[in-house]
Amino acid sequence: MNSLILRTTTQLMITILLLFSVFLLLRGHDLPGGGFIGGLVAAAAVALYLIAFGADAATLLLRVRPRALLGAGLLAGVLAGLMGMVTAEPFLTGQWLIFDLPGNAEVKLSSVLLFDVGVYLVVVGAVLTMLFALEQG
Amino acid sequence: MSALVVLPVVVPLLAAAVLLLFRGQREFQRVLATGATALLLVVSAVLLAQVSAQGILAVQLGGWQAPFGITFVADHLSAIMVLITAVMALASAVYALVDIDPEREASGFHPLFQVLLVGINGAFLTGDLFNLFVWFEVMLIASFVLLTLGSSRAQLEGGIKYVSVNLVASMLFLTAIGLLYGFTGTLNMADLAVVLPEHDAGLVTTIAMLFMVAFGIKAAVFPLFFWLPASYHTPPIAISAFFAGMLTKVGVYALIRTFTLLFVADVGYTHTILLWIGGLTMVTGVLTAAAQNDIRKILSFHIVSQIGYLIVALALYTPLALAGAVFYLVHVIIAKANLFLIAGITRRLSGSFDLRHIGGLFQHAPFLSVLFLISALGLAGIPPLSGFWAKLLVIAAALEAAQWWVTGVALAVGLLTLFSMTKIWQYAFWSPLTNGVVLAQRPSRLLYAPTIALALLILLLGLWSEPLIALSDAAAAELLDPSRYVQAVLGPATSDVGLGAGHAPVAGGRP
Repeated sequence: MNSLILRTTTQLMITILLLFSVFLLLRGHDLPGGGFIGGLVAAAAVALYLIAFGADAATLLLRVRPRALLGAGLLAGVLAGLMGMVTAEPFLTGQWLIFDLPGNAEVKLSSVLLFDVGVYLVVVGAVLTMLFALEQG
Repeated sequence: MSALVVLPVVVPLLAAAVLLLFRGQREFQRVLATGATALLLVVSAVLLAQVSAQGILAVQLGGWQAPFGITFVADHLSAIMVLITAVMALASAVYALVDIDPEREASGFHPLFQVLLVGINGAFLTGDLFNLFVWFEVMLIASFVLLTLGSSRAQLEGGIKYVSVNLVASMLFLTAIGLLYGFTGTLNMADLAVVLPEHDAGLVTTIAMLFMVAFGIKAAVFPLFFWLPASYHTPPIAISAFFAGMLTKVGVYALIRTFTLLFVADVGYTHTILLWIGGLTMVTGVLTAAAQNDIRKILSFHIVSQIGYLIVALALYTPLALAGAVFYLVHVIIAKANLFLIAGITRRLSGSFDLRHIGGLFQHAPFLSVLFLISALGLAGIPPLSGFWAKLLVIAAALEAAQWWVTGVALAVGLLTLFSMTKIWQYAFWSPLTNGVVLAQRPSRLLYAPTIALALLILLLGLWSEPLIALSDAAAAELLDPSRYVQAVLGPATSDVGLGAGHAPVAGGRP
């Protein structure tokens, strides 16, 4: 679609949408949000770019094939599940690494987050695979 | 060793993820896919060994206790099914190395096949009804894409029938799950086994009938089988063979699981219906097969007829019958898939699947003829092959239960099966070549390897059937005593609550 308004807005919006998708992903740990909805917002951002600039430009923007994102997401999800088994707990049991920082702060890294990142990537990959196929087919 | 229970799902899932990442590299894909399937075989064999040694294994995913989390359970039936899936997967994967063209490989055959394995193994191992639905969907989506990969006209036509009928089944399945959840407040199968006897038997039976129709469509029983012969002959043989062996059997497995563990309140009613369905399935399958000329179609209708034996065995609901069902499942999966694989080789030799256009194969490929004979006679139940013991167990169980008409039908259908197999033998192998061509090219040895291995397995299960019969007996004993399954899942704390004893609160804290 050749529209100056759409292209200009898209360039502004895509950054905000992608940042917002990461915000949703991280927020989803304790509050409404999460990998699925975050992934949908990120896919919507790329979809907007796809409509405004065409499939070739969107492919360049994405750098990797959507199906590779799907694979990477699946891999992240399974690996997050397997981490539970390293400590002889059942598959998919959450594992935590807690770092103490100066000033009474702490950073928690968890396999749950990795799993959510996996969901995020699978959703982005799946939605974009369909959209690209429609756009190019 | 609770980790072992999830490995049959995790191994193909990991393989699928890596295969998706390296989509371009054909050689790498072929090596990884075959290697992962071989690893799956090892893992499944170890799982069955562990289950026979230690009894039913259960694992609560994520550490969330049953009945709230998702449970994976491996009893004898599940472990046997997972192992036979791995055997067939390896056979098909090796055959596929030659049979699947580079174009289909590039469109993602290898990752899809692994996803299909994920779905099948998940369905066999899950202990939760909703989770079972999810695995069925994973399996359905993967199989639909595999069925239509290549997008020829016949494939799309078959694919539409396949997916639309199966989606109806899924909807019925989901409706039944919704009703059951609204009714009991739980979907964990072990928990359901405990609470269902407390509820009104009439309502439970009503829901059970919904499940019977849903699984019946998936298992291709009379009168809901028509999607199967309409679609199974369209994809390449490596895919057809695996579908023919495994997919309907997942439906049969679900029927066996639910109608031994959950819906046993009114056996006289539900299992009599199953008996009639089984008998009619046997007869319609075998009669319609007799009218076909395409080898793949004859075999497809025979899948339906063999499902009938399995349903009859379930319906008889005695220890001998259920042991027969398990033995029969293993036997028929191997024999049926191998016949498909052999049909693929005859097609390569003669250029057609149509019996009217091929002939003289006994002269040109005597070894292949022997392989065919072993599988075909095995399917028909001629001693000393595996089918003989399978049929013997089921028919003996029918006699024991004094179900005379089913015994008669089962024997007659066995004869008609033999008729269909001799028909293929007569036209394709025995008769002189009339209006067909025998192609000069010799099929690759990779095509023969899996068919030889499976034919040997049919022989082995016939001549040395003792171990499998022992395993089937163990599986039947577990199926007829649901309290063992319940105890493995919900823990020994609830073991003192007998089934049907009418105690309300069981697994601490259910509202």
